[in-house]
Amino acid sequence: MSKVRVLVGTRKGAFILTADGKRDKWEVSGPHFAGWEMYHVKGSPADPNRLYASQTSGWFGQIIQRSDDGGKTWLQPGTPPGEVPTPGPPKPASNKFVYDTSDATGKPLTTHQFYDGTQHPWEFKRVWHLEPSLTDPNTVYAGVEDAAIFRSTDGGENWKELSGLRGHGTGPKWQPGAGGMCLHSIILDPSDPQRMYIAISAAGAFRTDDGGKSWKPINRGLRSQYIPDPNAEIGHCVHHIAMHPARPGVLFMQKHWDVMRSDDAGDNWKEISGNLPTDFGFVIDVHAHEPETIYVVPIKSDGEHFVPEGKLRVYRSRSGGNEWEALTKGLPQKDCYVNVLRDAMAVDSLDKCGVYFGTSGGQVYASADAGDSWAPIVRDLPAVLSVEVQTLA
Amino acid sequence: MIRVILPQHLRTLAHAGAEVTIEVEGPVTQRSVLDAIEARYPMLRGTIRDHVTQQRRPFLRFFACEEDLSHEPPDAPLPDAIASGKEPFLIIGAIAGG
Repeated sequence: MSKVRVLVGTRKGAFILTADGKRDKWEVSGPHFAGWEMYHVKGSPADPNRLYASQTSGWFGQIIQRSDDGGKTWLQPGTPPGEVPTPGPPKPASNKFVYDTSDATGKPLTTHQFYDGTQHPWEFKRVWHLEPSLTDPNTVYAGVEDAAIFRSTDGGENWKELSGLRGHGTGPKWQPGAGGMCLHSIILDPSDPQRMYIAISAAGAFRTDDGGKSWKPINRGLRSQYIPDPNAEIGHCVHHIAMHPARPGVLFMQKHWDVMRSDDAGDNWKEISGNLPTDFGFVIDVHAHEPETIYVVPIKSDGEHFVPEGKLRVYRSRSGGNEWEALTKGLPQKDCYVNVLRDAMAVDSLDKCGVYFGTSGGQVYASADAGDSWAPIVRDLPAVLSVEVQTLA
Repeated sequence: MIRVILPQHLRTLAHAGAEVTIEVEGPVTQRSVLDAIEARYPMLRGTIRDHVTQQRRPFLRFFACEEDLSHEPPDAPLPDAIASGKEPFLIIGAIAGG
């Protein structure tokens, strides 16, 4: 029988939630890496037992963790588990994220715009998102703050920046959002290994068609009132992007304000907020089997990061946007003031499609019927930063 | 023998107890002590000092013999009591909430 494994990153550790295909009885494992901020945990599509996790701390910096047994045991890549370290030459530094300043790549270390409009040098802070390759368990991409994309091809032991992104030349116009200047979304095109999409808050979305060597901004049609030129090529606070693997040219975006859609791989965007009660939010995701069915969780406003009217409602569109229905069965509809962060929603690929999301209040909700009804898997975790799901045979 | 006390999260990463001991050849300084710690526990590289600049991470402090040595030059000699192992070198996470 099929199983699902939900990988949850929280402010104070990671948790792994497992159930069989019915998805009604759950086992909870954790906290893993207790006390650390776990920004993201994600499994390899090519080897479900291979998991990557971003472990961070304001005190101790960045750690990358890897599991080769589905989360039972973990190791820092390059440091085998249980090994008593011995003196000797330095081992691979799995937490060494150094921006590319080589002559060969044009020294793309520039400055970016700081909150006050002044220029500020790039400083590595943490990994927000880990995106394992669709085909190779040892290849994984990391989206980091200050915004850049790195790649490892040795299971996370060594990282190299794909510096063509910052080398695009618009870096001085990128600026941090409230959460920092983070590269938070990485989407790999299953039909074209040379094509990737990324998004940065607050710079916008970018696409590469040559495996990460060069990038172009794809923000035409985005309109943001909070920047001097609302239609600028760069500067939009994109919160998240989602894609259905069967239709890689169709993208859905939750922007700071506005829910958007592109039917041409990001070249042009149009708004699909329709009848949403508010079009501010962070998450957006697509049904596993219905490419025109999408989910968002509207948040009241940029100044009030909680759901409107005290009601936790997922909104679903079955028409690719514009017409939205509130999904409320099993979700609190009174006195609820949680947020759902950008990487905190995921779908499984069972039939019916399972939908999962985690809240700033520590709840992880699951729906085993594509959103028609919901139940909490856990209610009292630390604030949830990310949710990913693996569907296991 | 040099004694070093690690903060709790670094003990977990290093699979070590609160106090670890290392040997340092030559002058006993912050730099030589941290070099030895990172050689003994390579998983701590980057968690105490920046990988590239080798500067102390801003939310960590170094204490020894009831003195704050966080802002001392990295190549300044540490007190004799540290070099002899009588007193430990303390790596401490700053109190910053959370």
